[in-house]
Amino acid sequence: MTASILVPGSRSGADSMERTALKGRSLWDDALRRLLRNRMAVTGMVVLGLLVVAAIVGPYLTAWRYDEVNKSDVWFAPLQHGHLMGTDALGRDLLARLLVGLRVSLAIGFVATFVSLVIGVAWGAVAGFVGGRLDEVMMRFVDVLYSLPFIFFVILLMVTFGSNFILIFVAIGAVEWLTMSRIVRGQTLTLKHKEFVEAARAAGLDRGAIIFRHIVPNLLGPVVVYVTLTIPAVILAESFLSFLGLGVQPPMASLGTLIAHGASDMELAPWLLIFPSLVMVITLMSFNFIGDGLRDAIDPKDR
Amino acid sequence: MFSFIGRRLLVAIPTLLLVVTLAFFMMRAAPGGPFDMDRKLSPEIERNVMAKYGMNRPLLAQYGAYLAGVARGDLGPSLKYKDKSVLQILKENYLISVRLGLSAIALAGLIGVSLGVLAALRQNRAVDYGVMTVAILGVCIPTFVTAPLLVLAFASKLGWLPSAGWNDGALVNMVLPVTVLALPQIAIITRLTRAGMVEVLHSNYVRTARAKGLPEHRIVTRHALRAAILPLVSYLGPACAGLITGSLVVERIFNLPGLGKFFVTSALQRDYTVVMGMVIVYAGLILVLNLIADLLYAVLDPRIRLA
Repeated sequence: MTASILVPGSRSGADSMERTALKGRSLWDDALRRLLRNRMAVTGMVVLGLLVVAAIVGPYLTAWRYDEVNKSDVWFAPLQHGHLMGTDALGRDLLARLLVGLRVSLAIGFVATFVSLVIGVAWGAVAGFVGGRLDEVMMRFVDVLYSLPFIFFVILLMVTFGSNFILIFVAIGAVEWLTMSRIVRGQTLTLKHKEFVEAARAAGLDRGAIIFRHIVPNLLGPVVVYVTLTIPAVILAESFLSFLGLGVQPPMASLGTLIAHGASDMELAPWLLIFPSLVMVITLMSFNFIGDGLRDAIDPKDR
Repeated sequence: MFSFIGRRLLVAIPTLLLVVTLAFFMMRAAPGGPFDMDRKLSPEIERNVMAKYGMNRPLLAQYGAYLAGVARGDLGPSLKYKDKSVLQILKENYLISVRLGLSAIALAGLIGVSLGVLAALRQNRAVDYGVMTVAILGVCIPTFVTAPLLVLAFASKLGWLPSAGWNDGALVNMVLPVTVLALPQIAIITRLTRAGMVEVLHSNYVRTARAKGLPEHRIVTRHALRAAILPLVSYLGPACAGLITGSLVVERIFNLPGLGKFFVTSALQRDYTVVMGMVIVYAGLILVLNLIADLLYAVLDPRIRLA
């Protein structure tokens, strides 16, 4: 997923036409090479790939549906009667629920991060490029939002409007764009005095075109790194809400709700806590390894 | 310096105002009210109750009255806990949250800085990799996973520690909650310290200190560490936010009567004034801590001038 973001951004249309004639090594080729040499990052990508496939395909392959209640099959231990991970208090198959929960958590992670990406990049790029009074106002606004106790507002939002999927995306995405906009603004400030921006301006492009056609593509490096670190943060935030009973509602599951229910039944059925926790930790770790690997690959001087 | 503090406090006022406004109207937009019970109140009683709390007036008038109250330091009465003001509730419960938070941050600072220095001194060796792996684990394992797992291990199976309860802050009751709160902070502090330390150890003045023949422990503690832990100071604000988020979970799991436990319950019960009071307290706390962090930064690093 993340690796494929890298490549298209690095090659413009013209570049790919000329590729057959002459193939040089761009910065992105170098970065990709370094990334693939990083064992942790590659492991992270492979594991994450497997998890994503499992989350997409898995729910169709399980013998039980995730919301199938069987009053006679309550609290089966793992491997008992064909339930690979056992069943919960309502006799629902944990494996089926876990796959659906993983799907929900990953979906929230990707979508909410995308929301924060769009807002953050647009906000930061405009503030940084236009500068002056506008920059001052826009970044002051970010500062103010930064000092809000955000988790409280997300909780209030959930309480106010009841929890539904879209709201979770919006609420979490709206929190996470702040750091993104700061990073993007900083990068934009250094980019805007480069020659290619000067050239674009001399060619008569208007500000909007310069920002979104020339500045934004060149911001990709730090943004990609931050995106891979935002996705796990979002998954965590959603799970946190679900744990407090404010996120995804039953019979739907997310990793957070599964862990919450597992925690309340852990004396009787520890597997209900242990399997979801493991999947959660493995997911978050893969993202973090990929993020760290990308950072080292794109900005090798920090190593 | 004083003008800096003054200006920051002035900026804090609109921020707080925004917090109060947002929270006020969000709470009121929520369906249901504080006096919805299983048994429906008769319309006359409900009208009386609403009138008692001034809730029969137009929303904007209520907002104005609330703001005026806050400006006087009056957060109003609780709508759910009869005969208690919000200030009383905050006073009765904040100490527990503060004790938990301070213990956790102290523990995290102590362990995190030690581990970070250790890793930096053994850079790219087994100890370094070991410490950093643990640190990544610490970031990736959420509080609501560590808490039940630790309870399962140390309370249910081994029986060494109580699984929940406050018990007037007895040490055995504090161990698990504080550990759970501190773990993610330890991980982050370790990473920050290691990064700072690695950079500083390669700097010129450390080489000078080495060249003068200072013993290694002196170089580390007196010269390198001071500069290396600077980034930690600016982490103070986010750390506090992290502790607050963590305390919402920890106080719930360990059934501790702190502020965090109140917040979610009160929001669900539509206890408007209690929720507002807590939002104000937490927002104020974050503002003050960020200010302190900036001031500390300037004191520790004279190159930074406050403007």
